[in-house]
Amino acid sequence: MSTEFRLKTGLADMLKGGAIMDVTNAAQARIAEDAGAVSVMALERVPADIRRDGGVARMSSPEKIREIIESVSIPVMAKVRIGHFVEAQILQEMGVDFVDESEVLTPADEENHIDKHAFEVPFVCGCRNLGEALRRIGEGAALIRTKGEAGSGNIVEAVRHLRQIGNELRRLTILTDDELMSAAKELRAPYEIVRMVARDGRLPVPNFAAGGVATPADAALCMQLGAESVFVGSGIFKSTDPEQRAKAIVKAVTHYRDPAMLVEVSMGLGEPMRGLDIATMPEEELLQTRGN
Amino acid sequence: MGAIPEAKTVDPGPGPAPSPAAPRIGVLALQGSFALHAAVLRRLGIEAVEVRRAAALAGLDGLIIPGGESSTMLKFLLEEDLFDPLIAFHREGGALYGTCAGAILLARTVENPAQESLGLLDIEIQRNGYGRQLESHLGACSCSALGEPDLPLVMIRGPVISGTGPRVEVLAEWRGQPAFVREGRVLATTFHPELTNDTRVHAYFLELAAGGETPVSAENVEAPG
Repeated sequence: MSTEFRLKTGLADMLKGGAIMDVTNAAQARIAEDAGAVSVMALERVPADIRRDGGVARMSSPEKIREIIESVSIPVMAKVRIGHFVEAQILQEMGVDFVDESEVLTPADEENHIDKHAFEVPFVCGCRNLGEALRRIGEGAALIRTKGEAGSGNIVEAVRHLRQIGNELRRLTILTDDELMSAAKELRAPYEIVRMVARDGRLPVPNFAAGGVATPADAALCMQLGAESVFVGSGIFKSTDPEQRAKAIVKAVTHYRDPAMLVEVSMGLGEPMRGLDIATMPEEELLQTRGN
Repeated sequence: MGAIPEAKTVDPGPGPAPSPAAPRIGVLALQGSFALHAAVLRRLGIEAVEVRRAAALAGLDGLIIPGGESSTMLKFLLEEDLFDPLIAFHREGGALYGTCAGAILLARTVENPAQESLGLLDIEIQRNGYGRQLESHLGACSCSALGEPDLPLVMIRGPVISGTGPRVEVLAEWRGQPAFVREGRVLATTFHPELTNDTRVHAYFLELAAGGETPVSAENVEAPG
């Protein structure tokens, strides 16, 4: 592993077992930090509002990002459009700690993702399956998250993606060496990385969950399915009591195998965000199909 | 193709069998790099206990407080009744080792910004002392207590120890500041040995937790209680 890459995955390692929360301003960032979030994700609108408002969703303004950086002591992440390497250059220059090249924003390039090796700042990217995860790692992502279906308040897609990745990982480990090139071809992923994953039985970078987390139980479900941390987008600030819900999700991630604690943290939270039935959504409204 | 990442950690294999006197070690598993610490201990023949509640401290000889976000872990300590049990664990003879965020939680005084801490290690520490992630860096520091070669050093948004009390021994320095310190049964590093393949700091801690002879000792000058 290159030494520089070890520093990138090292920060992801420190964020394990935690909740990373979407915030749009300093006040929300402080609520997240006070609740025990390990990091905040700066974006211009939460995914549920992007979905409602339509239009082009871009990187948050530098003023907002500066305001958020100055308001908390935990690491600050921010989103850029898929393929928009200049937005990423701006975030790196501002001292953002992690860049999310995210399908939640409107893609800037429909063919290519950012060459993430060219940056010192670490990147996180979404995926729906193992091949997509390994392509992003090949491009230099230091952290992988499921795409789920952002802004839906529905965990079904994150579960699908976590199960898919786990299933494909396990299958790789039983292949013989001479079957790996064909597997790489099918996965459309770099052969060297496929070989490494087949040997180790796990991704070479941490794997977090994202997309549709609305309750402490959703967060614990992702953890029990093998996620190492959880991103929460609209689920916090689209609920009726963001402070309590944020705290509850932080605790659910730590105590994810402790049903008694999950009962305790799930009480007194008010209403979760309303949520959408993904099975009845038109294909063109899905965010997860952006970038591949 | 040099930029293609390799596996996070080398498979340690079965590791040596623990000796009959092997200390019982816990890893505070609220958040952060606790699984990586447990993996290092496994290489040294120790199966660590994950500690999420105070009851799990019973019967342990030593506890590692991992790297992660100190503000997050502190909330758990305060809200889930772990703060006083950790102080009692130390008072009753338990050994403690904190890496990065763990060092911050053990310190007497925390700054940048100020936050509560256990006060079990007489140091003053600055959170994110080198700056943000872009200032994270690698290095190596000499440590006479551990011999050759130099200790590899991975610093992730690391803290800086800006002051040490009279009973604190500085075991290694980085950029002119203490980076590996000891006071009695309490160890701290501002860097992350759990992110490297070097197990010497953990082995040193195991010796301390087992109550064995270590190359340096401040036990005899430590105030009772």
